[in-house]
Amino acid sequence: MRHGRWRFLLGALVPALVLHVVFVLSPYAQAFYLSLTDWTGVAGEAHFVGAGNYARLGGDSLFLDAVRNNAVMLVVVPVATIALGLGLASLLRTRRGSAGYQIVYFFPQLLSLVVIAVLWGFVYNPNTGLLNSGLRAVGLGGLTKSWLADPAFALAAVMAVLIWSSVGFYVVLFRAAIDAIPAELYEAALIDGAGSWTTFRRITVPLVRESVQVAFVYLGIAALDGFAVVQVMTVGPGGPDGATEVIGLSLYRNAFTYGKFGYASAMGVALFFATLTLAVLALRAGRNDRLELA
Amino acid sequence: MTLLRSRPAPVLAPAPPAATNRKNPLPQLAMLCWAVVTSLPLLWAVVSSVKSDDEILNEPWSLPSTPRFDNWARAWTGASIGRYFLNSLIVVGGALLLTMFLGALVAYALARYEFRGNRFLYYTFVAAMFFPVFLALVPLFFVVQRLGLLGTYPGLILVYAAYAVPFTVFFLHSFFRTLPTELAEAAFLDGCSHAAVFFRVMLPLARPGLVAVGIFNFLGLWNQYLLPLVLNPDPDRYVLAQGLAALSVSQGYRSDWGGLFAGLTIAMLPVLVAYVAFQRHIRAGMTAGAVK
Repeated sequence: MRHGRWRFLLGALVPALVLHVVFVLSPYAQAFYLSLTDWTGVAGEAHFVGAGNYARLGGDSLFLDAVRNNAVMLVVVPVATIALGLGLASLLRTRRGSAGYQIVYFFPQLLSLVVIAVLWGFVYNPNTGLLNSGLRAVGLGGLTKSWLADPAFALAAVMAVLIWSSVGFYVVLFRAAIDAIPAELYEAALIDGAGSWTTFRRITVPLVRESVQVAFVYLGIAALDGFAVVQVMTVGPGGPDGATEVIGLSLYRNAFTYGKFGYASAMGVALFFATLTLAVLALRAGRNDRLELA
Repeated sequence: MTLLRSRPAPVLAPAPPAATNRKNPLPQLAMLCWAVVTSLPLLWAVVSSVKSDDEILNEPWSLPSTPRFDNWARAWTGASIGRYFLNSLIVVGGALLLTMFLGALVAYALARYEFRGNRFLYYTFVAAMFFPVFLALVPLFFVVQRLGLLGTYPGLILVYAAYAVPFTVFFLHSFFRTLPTELAEAAFLDGCSHAAVFFRVMLPLARPGLVAVGIFNFLGLWNQYLLPLVLNPDPDRYVLAQGLAALSVSQGYRSDWGGLFAGLTIAMLPVLVAYVAFQRHIRAGMTAGAVK
C-alpha cells in the first residue's frame, strides 16, 4: 500500500508541476533577470546592464504617461465601481424584482473585454455612435464629442467602460455579503426609527467591509491592467497623445513591436511591484478592526 | 369578529420596508436606470447587426426596415468568425479538460496526503495567482517559441492550462478538505487503489466544486486575449477575441458596419445562451471564486 501511495502521488503531482515550472515559474524568474539586460531577442546576445533599464524608465515620457493613467484608473475605477455596486446592492435588498435586476446587471461580466471594447468603440463613435446620436436626439447636441479622440475625455471614456463592465459583478458579490447580515439588525434599526441612509451607513457599510476590501484588490489589479480595452478601443492605440497609454500597452509595444525585451521586462517588474504593494496595503488596511458577528 | 380579523394584522406583521419605499420613487428609478445603462448598448449592437449600413450610419437609434440576416452570414463565413469560433472551441475545450484534470489531481493529492514538502508545493502553485501575467509575457514567448509551439493548438492549450491550474488548485484544495474521510477509508478497506479512490469516490463527491470552478475557468479561458495575442500570431488559428479585434480594424477600413455588428453579436451569443441556461450556477460560481 505504501508503494502504491507514492506512485499515485507522483502521478498526480509531476505532470502539473512540470507544466507549472516550464510555463509559469521559469518565465517569471527569467523576467527578473532579463530586466537587468539589454536583450533584443538574439540568442546569447544579452549584456548585463544592471539597473540601466530602470533608470531609463524614469526618462521615458510615454511610460510616465502610462504610470499616471494607471494611477488615475487605480483611484477612480475601484471607488466608482464599489460605490455603484454597494449602492445598488443595498437598494436591491428589500425590493421586489431584485433577482431580475441582478441577472441583467451581471451579464457584462461574462463578456470578453475585447467584445466590450469593440462594442463601446461603436457607442463612442462621434457620428453614428449610440452616445452622440442619443445626445442629439434629446436636444443636448452641444455635449457631443469625439470621446476617444479628445485627450481631455479619452481616459474618462476608457474608465467608464471598465466601470460599466464590472459593476454588476460587485452588485452580486455585495448582495451576498448583505444577505449574510442578520435581519434582526435591520429590524432593530427600523424600530429605532433609522432612515434608509442611516441604515446603509451604520449597518450595511461596516458589515460588508471585508467584501469591499476584496473588491478593492480585484478592481485595483484590473485598473493596473486595462490593456485589452485600451488596445482594442483607443486610437493609436494608447492615444490621443498618450492620453490612454497604460503600462501593459507600453510593455507589449516595447517587447513585440520594438524587440526591446530587456527594457519591456523592467516594465513587467515595475508592474509586479505595483500589484504587490496594492495587495499588501489593501489587506493590511482592514486587519486591525475586524468586526465579529455571531 | 370582523374587528378581530382586521386588527391583528398590523401587529403581527410590522410594515415591511417596501411600504416606506413605495413613497420614494428614486431607488426604483436608480435600479431601472442601471438596468437600461447595462442593456442598452448590448441591445443596440444586436439590433444593428440586422440593419443595412445605410441605416446604421444615418439612423443609429431606429429599428431596421427589414431585418437583414445576410450580415450574419457575411460575418460567419466572409469574415471568418466561424473559423475563429471553432478555434476557440478547440483551444478552450482542450485547455479546460486539461486544467480540470490536473487541477483536481493536484488539489486532491495536496489536500488528502501528508508528506514532506506538501505545504511548499501548495504555495508554489498558489503563489502564481498573485503575479501579473504581463511579467511573464516576454520569457513565456521565447519558451513557447523554443519548444516549437508558437501559433499551435497544443501550445495554446498547454499555456492556458498552466495559467488556470493555480486557481483551480486553490479552489478545490479547500473543497477536498471538507469532504468526509469515511467513504475513502471504506473504499481502501475494500481493496481500492489510490487512483481508484480518487476517480470513483472522491471526484464524484467533489462535483459541485468541479462545476463551480469549471464554469469560472471556462469563462476566463474563453475571454482570454493577452496570451493568444502574443503566442498565436497565425491568423488561421486566431481565437474569437483575437479575430474580433482584428475584424474591428479591417472592417472599419472596408466600412462593412453591418458585418462587424453581426460578428460582435455572434461573439456575445453563446455566452448569453449559457448565461440564460445556467445563470444561478454562474453567478454563484464566479462570486464564490472571488471571495475565496
